[in-house]
Amino acid sequence: MSPLLTDTALVFGRYARQTLRSRLQMLFGVLMPLLYLVFFGPLLTRLPLAAPGSSWQVLVPGLLLQLALFGASFCGFGIIVEKQYGVVERMRVTPVSRLALLLGRVLRDALLFVFQAVLLVLAALVMGLRAPLGGILAGFAFVAVLAAALASLSYALAMRVRLPQEFGPVINAVTMPSMLLSGLMLPMALAPGWLDALSHVMPLRYLVDAVRAAFTGDYGSPAVLRGALVAAGFTALAMALGARAFRRAAA
Amino acid sequence: MPALSTSGLARTFMTKNGPVEAVRGIDLTVERGEILGFLGPNGAGKTTTLRMLTTLLAPTGGSATVAGRDLIRDPAGVRLATGYVAQSGGVDPHLSVHEELVTQGRLYRLTKHRARERAEELADALGLTGLLARRTATLSGGQRRRLDLAMGLTHRPQVLFLDEPTTGLDPGSRADLWELVRTLRDTEGTTVLLTTHYLDEADALADRLVIVDRGVVAAEGTPDALKRTHAGSPGASLQDAFLAVTGRTPAPRDTAPLAV
Repeated sequence: MSPLLTDTALVFGRYARQTLRSRLQMLFGVLMPLLYLVFFGPLLTRLPLAAPGSSWQVLVPGLLLQLALFGASFCGFGIIVEKQYGVVERMRVTPVSRLALLLGRVLRDALLFVFQAVLLVLAALVMGLRAPLGGILAGFAFVAVLAAALASLSYALAMRVRLPQEFGPVINAVTMPSMLLSGLMLPMALAPGWLDALSHVMPLRYLVDAVRAAFTGDYGSPAVLRGALVAAGFTALAMALGARAFRRAAA
Repeated sequence: MPALSTSGLARTFMTKNGPVEAVRGIDLTVERGEILGFLGPNGAGKTTTLRMLTTLLAPTGGSATVAGRDLIRDPAGVRLATGYVAQSGGVDPHLSVHEELVTQGRLYRLTKHRARERAEELADALGLTGLLARRTATLSGGQRRRLDLAMGLTHRPQVLFLDEPTTGLDPGSRADLWELVRTLRDTEGTTVLLTTHYLDEADALADRLVIVDRGVVAAEGTPDALKRTHAGSPGASLQDAFLAVTGRTPAPRDTAPLAV
């Protein structure tokens, strides 16, 4: 095995073990989307949503990506704490691959959020969601990719700040508008022209549209292809920024 | 060939208020098996120099050879041949001593089996054997520092950097740590470069001292030579010599610096 793969497996193993030890952390992220599912979802069942499929096929894709958005954006907190213990520097003076320091963590994050997404979909099935299996699996894939990209960006930022107090406000300032402007809760087809136009600058918008199309079984739709391309581009950019942060000497 | 040599090693930081020359040009030579005490007032550039020599920070000027490897051209080689124990240590409080030692071995590319063996060896050598299953958060200050040292020794480095190794330790634990560093030098021939603000530590442990001030080497020599040259007699205190060289006392990092 190449050093990059072994190192990534090693870093992944370390953080996966830490996550498995903290059951609360594993479940906590699913709480907010679950509340939306149970207390907001029922309001939509009889509304005209200007979208094919049931209201659950519209809402659940949004909640899946919301899970990744709010969960993964805050991943950087962990590394700020680790920096304070000196763990990051201790690892950076070893020959370990710099890219593996990022990839091992991001892989753990992606799996954690897919696990939470599975729980959310199970709850949604109870609430009344009916969607093809292929669409649901595609939804998990988008959750994994989005979580990896956002976690990577989050680590890149966290490597540059010293205190959690500097980090939280920035993340909040990015995640809230991202949620509102991407049509996570309700489809942008309901929006007036200017809002719909504005939402197209949000990469997340294309991912939401893709998962909604997949949930109705419309795999050949241009929305799915657009979403996949935007997700791939966004992830490549995020990974490059994350890798640079671990390669360069940081505070 | 010396274990470590630098020539004009420098680092300038770009800040909002213009460039800050943290290290203006350090010339150092450390022989194999030598314990070098690296002293200086707060902000003199000690930690910045250490961070450059451990590949954490890229120099903006000068050159250095560490354990026969060029610092700029072969940072990966430098990492394999050197160990670094930072002031903050670097172990996760939630993990066990054994887990951290084994992970460290694996980060240095030991096989799983070898990493476990090495963890046992290090625990034996540093008096951590009964503590392997303990979470690192539950260790005493002295035990924690011995673990930090073990982490830095995982790969038998030729050159070991220790940043303030005994800060906050009680006198007994400090003496234990000094003994471990001496043993390391005597049995493995390890070269040690340590920063400290305890002048009694520098006096007792270091073969030779370098005092840096404002980013350059202000004085160097054996503790006795420094006392003779800068404080008038070998019987004078190192504190007097330090004061004569820098005009300041070596305040610990966690206290406010004296008048500049």
